Amino acid sequence: MVSLSSYLAVSACLFAVGVIGLFLNRKNVINLLMCIELILLAVNINFAAFSHFLQDIGGQVFIFFVLTVAASEVAVGLAILVAFYRNRRSINVDDINTLQG
Amino acid sequence: MLETGFFYLFAGLAVIAGIGVVMSRNTMHSVMFLIFCFFNAAGLFFLLDAEFVGIILILVYVGAVMVLFMFVVMMLEVNFARLREGFLRYLPIGGLIAFVLFVEIVAAATSGVFSPASSPSPGHTGASVNNTAEIGKMLYTKYLLGFEVAAVILLVALIGAIVLTLRSRKDAKYQKISSQVKVRPEDRLRKVRL
Repeated sequence: MVSLSSYLAVSACLFAVGVIGLFLNRKNVINLLMCIELILLAVNINFAAFSHFLQDIGGQVFIFFVLTVAASEVAVGLAILVAFYRNRRSINVDDINTLQG
Repeated sequence: MLETGFFYLFAGLAVIAGIGVVMSRNTMHSVMFLIFCFFNAAGLFFLLDAEFVGIILILVYVGAVMVLFMFVVMMLEVNFARLREGFLRYLPIGGLIAFVLFVEIVAAATSGVFSPASSPSPGHTGASVNNTAEIGKMLYTKYLLGFEVAAVILLVALIGAIVLTLRSRKDAKYQKISSQVKVRPEDRLRKVRL
């Protein structure tokens, strides 16, 4: 029988890998979006584990909501990326400095 | 016993695929590794009696979202090698932050707060329990408001993505419906006296 803490450890691993990816791939917007997906996947595994071990189906409903938000975030993010690429011919984060932030 | 073996298989492959997403040189390979990671995570969901969510993860995520990623990666003509310059520059601080996060979360997970004593391991639900029906009952009663809000979020994302990428070409010839409707016979026909 696999314990709850094993699932939490796997989720922590994926979360840490995603955070490292945010630092390493900081120039490539597509990779940044993929690292965010990885982090959200880690959160979903946590939700599923707690849902199973506490016998509460509400956790799986929340996975549903997280998936919804992640999918819409990817759709809008990639649309912004395509629009930016048409204007600048680049997807480098260093080039996104029009607002001088 | 079999379950433990499958857990370690899925978990190990998911973590290896996650590292592949972060480390691979080619962005296309990153997308492929992420698809593999999602498949293994779906396997973990199956082990946790969350069949519906696992199938949704494969259908929606692998089938739609990752295909969208692939479209964009193939559509944009970008020198991805140049984007990897200074790849390891922030590895020390990023690795430190991620390591601290990892140690904190694992320490919390193994501290005994979540041990079987406080939440006894329940075993698997029987074949008579329909996971999809259970989620549906919960989703349409207790979480109805959240469900509606999620639908609105999807609608906003749909319209937003269309608005962001839609552009009208200057050189294309379009019909002007209003001027076509407004036209009078005098505009087209000229009577000449013979």
